[in-house]
Amino acid sequence: MPGTVCPVCDAALVIPADVMENELIACIDCGSELEIICLDPLQLELAPEVEEDWGE
Amino acid sequence: MHIGVLITHVRAEEKLLLTALRDQGVDLDVLPDRDLLFDLSAGPEQLSSVGRAWQDYDLVLERCVSTSRGLFALAVLDSWGVRTLNSYRTATICADKARCSLAFADAGLPQPRTLLSFEARTTLGAIESLGYPAVLKPVTGSWGRLLARVNDADAAEALIEHRQTLGSYNHHVYYSQEMVDKPGRDIRAFVIGERTVCAIYRTSPHWITNTARGGVASNCPVTPELDNLCQRAAAAVGGGLLAIDVLESPDGGLLLNEINHTMEFRNSSAPTGVDIPAEVAAYVLSQASVPA
Repeated sequence: MPGTVCPVCDAALVIPADVMENELIACIDCGSELEIICLDPLQLELAPEVEEDWGE
Repeated sequence: MHIGVLITHVRAEEKLLLTALRDQGVDLDVLPDRDLLFDLSAGPEQLSSVGRAWQDYDLVLERCVSTSRGLFALAVLDSWGVRTLNSYRTATICADKARCSLAFADAGLPQPRTLLSFEARTTLGAIESLGYPAVLKPVTGSWGRLLARVNDADAAEALIEHRQTLGSYNHHVYYSQEMVDKPGRDIRAFVIGERTVCAIYRTSPHWITNTARGGVASNCPVTPELDNLCQRAAAAVGGGLLAIDVLESPDGGLLLNEINHTMEFRNSSAPTGVDIPAEVAAYVLSQASVPA
């Protein structure tokens, strides 16, 4: 899986080989939660903030 | 066989579930809730976001972290006769602590004393009647958020005023509960269909023991008493894939706290030795194979 950079802090990210679309990953530099939007080409965004109705 | 999986995004649980389902050779459509668009004036012949007619799904597994989106999607699919896990009925009961308490009461199941009120005056009276400390919870919510341990009348008045002033209408519904003096832990049991497959203790020095709030998971034996209680509780809300939270009372009895209908289990397979995603995947397949 090609690398990319964190859209928040610009740190280099290591993307797991088995990553899935819509998977959440964390930037190990700044701790931001990121979401994989597309695998080909690789795109990720800052994950949405937790909303009041989120849960299990 | 076609299985749809409704998601908000892929967390550890969804990744484990999708992998477990694919390992069983299932043809999966992952359906993010952000892409959902339902024509309520039409029927299940309309297409999902991946281009498959909703009526062609053998089963749709609802795994949305957004409770409201999950519930509305289940309402639509239920109306169209599309088989879902969990069912709309089960999800609506479990998503609402008041309705869940009612379901427990209807089934004659043990639970902490719980009061429902709508105004500051009656809520203060409710908390006073429970005695201090008492617990105030939102009727919808998860991960231990916005739970309040109310230690005295001053705290009760402040909490009620804050909720009346700052909260949305949901927070003007007051769910007050007897505080159970539990032994530094609670129990989470996982029910899949008609089996209690495993359970964990969630231990914490804090009175809120959710693993999302730092509670530590360890194996809890599924005793006949716990299994019986969980099976009856699951039946009371319509059954399915459920995580049942149980409190141990000082007299040694078990009390039902609540049931979660989109359960998280990332911390539970290791201490219990039970492959929860594989168990869920097997149950999904079994239910998808049941003739309509």
